[in-house]
Amino acid sequence: MSSDTAPSNKPVKTTDLHIGAAEPGCKKRDPILVADGVTRTFGGLKAVDVEHVEIPRGAITALIGPNGAGKTTLFNLLTGFDKPDSGSWTFEGRSLSGMPAFQVARMGQVRTFQLTKALGLLTVMDNMLLGAKGQTGENLFRAVLPFLWRKEESANEARAIDILTRFKLDTKKDDYAASLSGGQRKLLEMARALMSEPTLVMLDEPMAGVNPALTQSLLDHILNLKTQGMTVLFVEHDMHMVRHIADWVIVMAEGRIVAEGDPHEVMRNPAVIDAYLGQHHDEDLGADPTAEAENVVAIKELLE
Amino acid sequence: MIDWGAIFSNAAVELISPTTAAYALAALGLAVHFGYTGLLNFGQAGFMALGAYGYAISILSFGFPVWAAVVVGIAASVIFALILGIPTLRLRADYLAIVTIAAAEIVRLLFTTNTFQPLTGSANGLSGYKGGFAALNPIPEGSYGFGPFQYNAYDWWLRLVAWTIVVLACLFTWQIMRSPWGRVIKGIREDEDAVRALGKNVYFYKMQSLVLGGVYGTIAGMIFVLPRAVVPSNYQTSLTFFIYAILLLGGAATILGPVIGSMIFWVLLSFFSGFIARAVEAGWLPFMSSIQAGQLRFILVGVAIMLIVIFRPQGIFGNKKELAFVK
Ligand SMILES: Nc1ncnc2c1ncn2[C@@H]1O[C@H](COP(=O)(O)OP(=O)(O)O)[C@@H](O)[C@H]1O
Ligand SMILES: [Mg+2]
Repeated sequence: MSSDTAPSNKPVKTTDLHIGAAEPGCKKRDPILVADGVTRTFGGLKAVDVEHVEIPRGAITALIGPNGAGKTTLFNLLTGFDKPDSGSWTFEGRSLSGMPAFQVARMGQVRTFQLTKALGLLTVMDNMLLGAKGQTGENLFRAVLPFLWRKEESANEARAIDILTRFKLDTKKDDYAASLSGGQRKLLEMARALMSEPTLVMLDEPMAGVNPALTQSLLDHILNLKTQGMTVLFVEHDMHMVRHIADWVIVMAEGRIVAEGDPHEVMRNPAVIDAYLGQHHDEDLGADPTAEAENVVAIKELLE
Repeated sequence: MIDWGAIFSNAAVELISPTTAAYALAALGLAVHFGYTGLLNFGQAGFMALGAYGYAISILSFGFPVWAAVVVGIAASVIFALILGIPTLRLRADYLAIVTIAAAEIVRLLFTTNTFQPLTGSANGLSGYKGGFAALNPIPEGSYGFGPFQYNAYDWWLRLVAWTIVVLACLFTWQIMRSPWGRVIKGIREDEDAVRALGKNVYFYKMQSLVLGGVYGTIAGMIFVLPRAVVPSNYQTSLTFFIYAILLLGGAATILGPVIGSMIFWVLLSFFSGFIARAVEAGWLPFMSSIQAGQLRFILVGVAIMLIVIFRPQGIFGNKKELAFVK
């Protein structure tokens, strides 16, 4: 299934993830996250209404959909940052419903935020170290006795330098995170999440606001996560990027999952085109390459 | 003419006075809350009142020894912190501010009301609880010192204990803030959701911070009443604001800031009140009564603090670099 080759310009896609037809809520061969009947309303608005969804393990899944589709709200629910009106979900077979966010993170399901949350007045290194799990010195009484945690701290620092070097942030390690550019902060947030050695990484719009010069390296980092055995679920608007790196695509509109499938197949699904264009098309646009290209352009323009 | 020598020596005395130490410790508590964790505690006066009353009532009404009276005061403030924190620390930061300011006033009014007069002395407060502390004094009777710093054995004992506590609290705070615990605490100040997403129990850390800074305030309240009596009107909200002024003067997320801030605050206050009182006597301020002059010193201290904050907005010990990124 998953491949160990390093990502190049042509990423190795993980295929054969689902069982049966590629339809909303379809079964996966090896799901890491399974959600059932998850709903969340804000006032009269049903922001999330997901009957059933499974996220495949060891693959990169893109969650797409127009603005306001409920992608961020679904992220918040699945990670314990918001409480659903109803529904339940399991991560690696264990129920997560009602679990507070910090416990979800400890179980290995770590997220980033659409609006980057770099801890501005902490150094880049401190941001990284905060990501490490199970630190002895994070207990108030042991904090007073540095000999109890100094070794652990240096080991974490070494690991942080390692990750920072991969993200080309190692030269900034002593700078305040607030002094980084927007794209660098996105990188830092992702690098920090990796410090906790997660099994499922959930990235909410990792490319948003990132300088185009940095996007390729961000993409490579996401592909690298898969190579290292992690599962990735990410929200993204740019269809080119989704096509380039995603193994599976889940499409949301008005709170529901309207389509699922392989990134190339899913674009031809009339439900997806409806979701973005808000109107019905009789013919399958994807069958005609020029029409499909126009559609992508139309979708992109809509999203700009 | 004006006796400048007396003005300066009276001001210098404030450098090591127990009151200065008490304010420094209370401000260090606020540094833990506000400067490091980002908690808006506007009820530090309430924590100080619990220390003062907890100590005095334990001794006067229950005949407790000094150590037990100290434990009672600390226990009261831990319970107070839990009562304040449990409902509010899950909510947005401003809820804690509202609840603490109200709770501190409730505490003060409970100590002021006649209902508990036998215990609290209501508006008159309490006195006569210093015997136990004085009895622990190892310094032989007599007067010691140099220049303006000339005290009897009790006054030296009091200063010694007060400043030892301040130094220990500074060392303790310095150590925990440079540990992984302090890193989590500072992370919470920057963005608590980000820290939560990294698997830290933010609520529990905020509670620890609230309790710790509150205990500093409580011990400060005990130090504060050892050179004077317990009077409920001392614990008004303005006390909290003076302590915030000291904190911002010294630098909010610093260890030495609260100490130096408290020294500057009290030295300036003493200097201006000495100067104004003598200037009125000398007829320099003919348009002013001596009561008006008494108010003027707070105005002058306010102006002095404003000037310092304008020209050094990060506080005396604050890091200038941080200021470049303040939101
Ligand atoms: N805290 C909130 N209060 C009220 N409405 C909200 C809140 N969060 C999200 N919404 C609404 O829920 C819908 C889904 O939002 P969101 O999940 O942010 O969409 P997406 O991330 O897909 O762009 C939107 O209509 C949004 O306005
Ligand atoms: Mg969103």
